Amino acid sequence: MSEKNIVSLRNISVDFNDEPVLTGLNLDIRDKEFVTLLGPSGCGKTTTLRIIGGFVDPKEGDVFFDGVKINDLPPHKRQVNTVFQRYALFPHLNVFENVEFGLKIKKMPVEQRQALVREMLDLVNLKGYDHRNIEQLSGGQQQRVAIARALVNRPRVLLLDEPLGALDLKLRKEMQIELKRIQQSLEITFIYVTHDQEEALTMSDTVVVMKDGNILQVGTPQDIYNEPKNAFVADFIGESNIVDGVMHQDCLVEFAGKKFECVDTGFDKMERVDVVIRPEDLKIVPPEDAQITGTVESVIFKGVHFEMVVDAHGYKWIIHSTQSQQPGSFVGMEVIPFDIHIMKKMEAGR
Amino acid sequence: MRQKAAAAPYILWMIIFILVPLALVVMYAVTTPDGQFTISYISQVGEYAPVLVRSVWLAFVATVICLVLAFPLAFIISRRSSNSQRTMIMLVMLPMWMNFLLCTYAWMTILEKNGLINRFLANFGIGPLEMINTQGAVVLGMVYNYLPFMLLPIYSVMTKISNSVIEAAQDLGANWVGVLGKVLIPLSIPGISTGVIMVFVPSVSTFVISRMLGGGGNLLIGDLIDLQFLGNAYNPNLGAAISLVLMVLILLCMSITNQFGGEDMEGVIK
Repeated sequence: MSEKNIVSLRNISVDFNDEPVLTGLNLDIRDKEFVTLLGPSGCGKTTTLRIIGGFVDPKEGDVFFDGVKINDLPPHKRQVNTVFQRYALFPHLNVFENVEFGLKIKKMPVEQRQALVREMLDLVNLKGYDHRNIEQLSGGQQQRVAIARALVNRPRVLLLDEPLGALDLKLRKEMQIELKRIQQSLEITFIYVTHDQEEALTMSDTVVVMKDGNILQVGTPQDIYNEPKNAFVADFIGESNIVDGVMHQDCLVEFAGKKFECVDTGFDKMERVDVVIRPEDLKIVPPEDAQITGTVESVIFKGVHFEMVVDAHGYKWIIHSTQSQQPGSFVGMEVIPFDIHIMKKMEAGR
Repeated sequence: MRQKAAAAPYILWMIIFILVPLALVVMYAVTTPDGQFTISYISQVGEYAPVLVRSVWLAFVATVICLVLAFPLAFIISRRSSNSQRTMIMLVMLPMWMNFLLCTYAWMTILEKNGLINRFLANFGIGPLEMINTQGAVVLGMVYNYLPFMLLPIYSVMTKISNSVIEAAQDLGANWVGVLGKVLIPLSIPGISTGVIMVFVPSVSTFVISRMLGGGGNLLIGDLIDLQFLGNAYNPNLGAAISLVLMVLILLCMSITNQFGGEDMEGVIK
C-alpha cells in the first residue's frame, strides 16, 4: 500500500429515473490497496464501482484517476478492468480466447500474448483448460476465467462486483484467500463490492460501509468491527445488541434500567444514544451478581458456540457463549466497560 | 422408440407433400412429355441464365439491405424494457397480418407514375420519377415483405446477449467497432444465418413482387417457372428443370451461409 491516491471520487451524485442513488459521495482509494465497498443491496455500492469503470455517468461530481480527471473517458480507454457479477464471459470463445480478448484488442504480438495468457491461467489454477468451452466450466472455474481475463491486461485497478456471490460457501472461502493472494502478488489495487460482511473483513485493507447512497464509515476491518461509528454499522458488521441509552456524563451511561460505567466520552449531558454490545461480550453470571437479569428464551447450537436469546424486561438480548443454559431458566448477564460501545443516534432520514 | 412413433405423422406428411412432389419435379425435369429420358430441358435452362443471374442478384441485394436494416433495429429493440420490446415487435409484425398481395398492391399505388409520391412531388414541379417497373421497385418490394423474417431471428438471438457481455468487451478495451465485430456479430451469427436464408430463399423465387412492381422488363426466375406451368408457354418439363436448377442453386447458397456460421466470421469482420 502506498500513500498515493489512485482513485478519487469528489461530490458524486447519481440519479436513476429521478431517484437519487448516490448523493455527494467522496471517496479516496490508495494505490495497491484492497478496498471493499460494503452495504446492503440498493446502497449504491455497485453504482460507485460502475462510475469508476465508466459505465455510469455521474450527474454531478468528478472522478479522478491517478490525479487526472476522467469523467469523459469511455470505459475502453480507462486503466481499470472489471470482474462482473455474473462473470459476463464471452460464450462464443473458449477459456484461452476469453483471457486473450483484451490483449488481442491491444494488438499485442501473438507469442507475447500467449505467454501472458498461459501465465495468468496458471496463476488462477486453470492450467490445461485452454480449449474448454465456457459452458463446460463450473461456477468457480468461470469465476477464475473472469478474474484472469481482467488481470491479464495488468490494470492499475481491478473492480470486482460481488464476484463470489454465486459460489457455495466452501468455494467462496477458498476464493477469498485466493483473491487476497493474487492481489498481494500482483500489487494491484482491488476495489471489491459485497454485501457479505465476513467477506469484507477477511480480505480488505480498508472497508467502506455504505447505506442509502452515503458512506457511513471508512476504516480497517478491525476499526470497523471494534469501533463502529453508529448502530447501523455495528449491526451490519456482525450481530449486535443495540439498545437505547442516555449518557449521564462522560463514562457513565444508563440503559436497561441501570447505570453502567463505560469508556466513551464527548457526548452532551443526558444525550440520547445507541448502546451497542456484541453478543460475545455478554457473559452469563449467577443472577445475584448480574448487571442485567432475564429469562432464557431459546438456545441454538451454532457449532463453535451457543446462541441464546435472553428476555430482560422486554428487550431480547443475544448472547454467544460456549456454555448452554436451560431454556426458561433465570440468568444474569455481565459486560465490562470496554465492551460497551456508545454511538450517536443517526439523524432522521439517514 | 416412442419418440420415433411420435414423429410418424410428420414423416408421413413429409413423404406425401415433400418427397413425392420433389421426386415428381426431378422426374418431369429429365423426361419428355411422352416419357422418354432426356437432359435437353436441363441444358435448355442455360438460355435463361440472365434471368437466373438477375434473380440471384436482386435477392442478394434485398437480403443485404434487410440485414443492414434489421441488425441495428434488432439490437435497439433487444435493449429496451420487455414491455416496449413487445410493442415494437408487434409493430414489426403488423404488415405481416395484412395480405401479402394487398401490401404489394399498396406499393404499386404509391410508386405509380401518377401515384402518391409522384403527385406529391408534382406540387413542387419535380418528376414524374420512374419508380415502378424498375429493379429498385422489385428490391423494395422484397425488403418490405421479408424484413420481418430477417429481424425476428436476429432479435431472438440478441435478447440472449446480456448487457454485461457488451460492457465486458468495452472494459477490456474494445471500442464500438470492436464490440460489434468481436462480440455482437459473432454472437448473433445463428440469427443472421437463419434470417439470410429466410429472406434470400423466398426473394430468389418470388414472382408476384416482380410482376407487380417490376413490370415486364424484370422477369425473375419465379415468373419463368410460373409461365411454364400456368402461362401461355405451358411446358411443365422445362418448368420442372428450371425449378430443379433453382433448388440446387439455393442449396448451394445455403451451404455457403452455413460455412459462415463457423468460427471464420471473425476473420471476415476484422
